[in-house]
This record gives sequence, C-alpha cells and structure tokens, in this order.
Amino acid sequence: MAEKIDNKEVFFNPFSKNNPVVVQILGICSVLAVTAKLEPAIVMGLSVIAVLAFSNVIISLIRNTIPTNIRIIVQLVVVAGLVVIVSQLLQAYAYDVSKQLSVFIGLIITNCILMGRLEAFAMANRPWPSFLDGVGNGIGYAIILVIVGFFRELLGSGTLLGYQIVPQAFYNAGYVNNGLMILPPMALILVACIIWVHRSINKDLQEK
Amino acid sequence: MNKQSNAYTIIYIIVLVVVVGAALAFTSISLKDRQNANADADKMRQILASVNVSPQAGQIQEEYARIIVDSYVVDQNGKKVEGDAFTVNVAAQSKLPASERLLPVYECRLDDGATKYILPMYGAGLWGPIWGYISVDSNGSDVYGAYFAHQGETPGLGAEIEKPAFSGQFAGKKLIKDGTFLPVAVVKAGQHPQGDEDYVDGISGGTITSKGVGAMIDNCIAPYDAFLRNLNK
Repeated sequence: MAEKIDNKEVFFNPFSKNNPVVVQILGICSVLAVTAKLEPAIVMGLSVIAVLAFSNVIISLIRNTIPTNIRIIVQLVVVAGLVVIVSQLLQAYAYDVSKQLSVFIGLIITNCILMGRLEAFAMANRPWPSFLDGVGNGIGYAIILVIVGFFRELLGSGTLLGYQIVPQAFYNAGYVNNGLMILPPMALILVACIIWVHRSINKDLQEK
Repeated sequence: MNKQSNAYTIIYIIVLVVVVGAALAFTSISLKDRQNANADADKMRQILASVNVSPQAGQIQEEYARIIVDSYVVDQNGKKVEGDAFTVNVAAQSKLPASERLLPVYECRLDDGATKYILPMYGAGLWGPIWGYISVDSNGSDVYGAYFAHQGETPGLGAEIEKPAFSGQFAGKKLIKDGTFLPVAVVKAGQHPQGDEDYVDGISGGTITSKGVGAMIDNCIAPYDAFLRNLNK
C-alpha cells in the first residue's frame, strides 16, 4: 500500500462518515434480529467488536502467507473459530444472554461487515491499523444496534435493560406498549429513520 | 517458495485448520464445567418454574435443594426403577414406546407444606423442539402449575406458550376423572374437545405449536397413568 494510512481516520471514520450499517448498509440482518431488547443488542455489539478486531489482526498478521486462491476460506476459518470461542465464553459466563441471542452469535460468521473489512482492509494493511479498523467498525455497528435496541425496548416493552421506565400511571391513563416495536419490521423502519437523520446532517453523503 | 503452488496451499490449510481446531478444543474443554453448571441451573430453574417458584439468579441451586425433596424414576406401572431423575434424557425417552420408558418424577414440598409431583415433557413444535414441566397435586389429578419452553417458535405466535398467560391456564385442570386418566387437551379458543377431558385454549396464530403442546402432554404424561392413579387412590 503506497498511500499513507491515518490511524485516527481509520478508527473514527466508521463511527459516522463511513458507518458500516447506515452508510454501507451491511449487517442489517442481525440488526433486525437482536434489537428487540437493549441487553442482547449490547452483548451482540461487544461480540462483533471482539470478533472483528481479532480476526482483522490475525488476518493482517498472516496476510503475506495466505495463498490468494483460498484466501476467503482462510478468512472464514479464522472468523468461524473466533465466533465459536465467543459463543462458548457467553455460554459459560452469560448464559441467559447467550440463550436470547441463540443462533445470532453463530451467524456473526456470515455478517458482511466482517468479510468486508477482512477483504478490504486487513488483507492489505499492518496489524495495528487493522486492529483499529476492526474496533472502529465494530463500534460503528454497535452504536446503531444500541440506538435501535434503545427505542425498540423503550417503546415496545416500556423497559430499559429490564427495568421499568414507563411509569405505571401512564398505563393506568390508557397508554399501551407498541407491539409492532417488538417485531422485526420495526427495526428496519428505525434503521431507515436513522439513515434519514444521518444523511440530513451529513449533506455530502446524499446522492445527487 | 511458490505461494501459489498446490502443495503450499494444501499444507497451509491443513496447518491452519489444526491450529484453529486445537484452539477450539482447548476453549471447549476448559469451559465445559462452567457451561454444564449453567445448563443444570437452567434446568433447575425450569423445574421450579412449574411450581411457580422463581429464585434469584444466584440462588437457584439452593432453592432447588430446599424445595425438591426427592426425585426418582418410575416405569409405566408406577414402580420405582433404578436411575437418576435429573440426568434422564427426556427427549430420547419420549420417542420410545411407553412400556420401555424411564419416567422421571420430582417430588417437591412447598413452603406451605403441600407436596407436588413434577413431570417433565418433551415434544415438537412448528420449527423445533418444545419442552416443559407440569406439576400435579398430591391427589395425582389436579394440575398445580405448568412451564413450557421452546427453541425457535415464532415470536408473538407460537412462542407465546412460554408466557404465563398460556401456562397459567393449566392450573386447576384435572387429569383423572371418575378413575380414568385423561390428559389435558389444547384446543382452539372457543372450541371444546370431543371427549370430556379438561382443556385449555391454544394460541391464536400458533395452531401448530398449540397442537404440539397437546400432543406432547398426551405422549409424555399418559405413561404416568399408573403412577398418578396410585396417588389418586
């Protein structure tokens, strides 16, 4: 790589300007699936940050030895190994959350953000920038997950992290939780709203 | 060395897979005990849920040891046989003919001194397995409580079987009428079963899951016929 990599940009760009979810529209599937409650959304975000950072570093370390014709397989083996380790750790230390997330931890393997970052960044860059890129993109993904999870749990169940937020007086006065918020389509609508707000603020992202 | 040669590629992938495999095996072995303890605690929580006891996260083992006073395995004739009730694989047993099954029973004494018998169940829903526990009064007939769980039923539809709104309906239903054993039926809301067995309303929109629950009760509780009628005498 001839061009100079700015570590700060590598780390902070995915937060907003180049966010994997709202700008690149990657990893939408898991955003729909795990955000009905805030807690699984946070755990899923942390899991993706961990898997993305470490797979980026590992692939970056061995990038010069990987035979080009099997590089996708090598990436998948590394990612799958890390995902299984994360899933085992959750089963041992956060059993309830791992039950809620069920298959979606396993499905991190197929999250497009991972393959995208490995192919586009880690295969061509040194370990430290790759680590920053992994953590940055992971956080960019987690931010969106937490925002969506926050609104879905608050409006759908009246709670946050399991604690009752909407006071009982509201329910007595006729307020009801929005059942639609719990269902996957609402996550898509919320992500669309975030994209709308995000593009209104960042005018340079708008397509002509 | 030529990195594009077949030999290099094959050796590379073999080494990689062995390294990753070793890392996974190490993780799995070192976490096994903790995971098993978690799975056991979760099973205890489910058993206690069927008698409406829900302990705090850290106190499941203590509560279980305090409330479940005895557990044993019976056969189709209601006779006790060798075996540890907690480790009986209900999923595998539910597929055997009734006469060959090992039937676990958990005997529990509640704070008010009442004795209840908890029976495990296992069956199939729409997308995957469903299971549960049903607790019966010491007269062998009145259902005291029930707990259902599922692996992947549709949220908002079939998955509603795990909610108290569904499982709570079972309380007070009778399994034995005039000396005959009749499992509780699950029917569409507003309908009645053809026989005179007690029934509960199924889930609207979760018909196949509801039928699965009914079939599970039929299949898993019916072999306890002799055991329950002995209590009922």
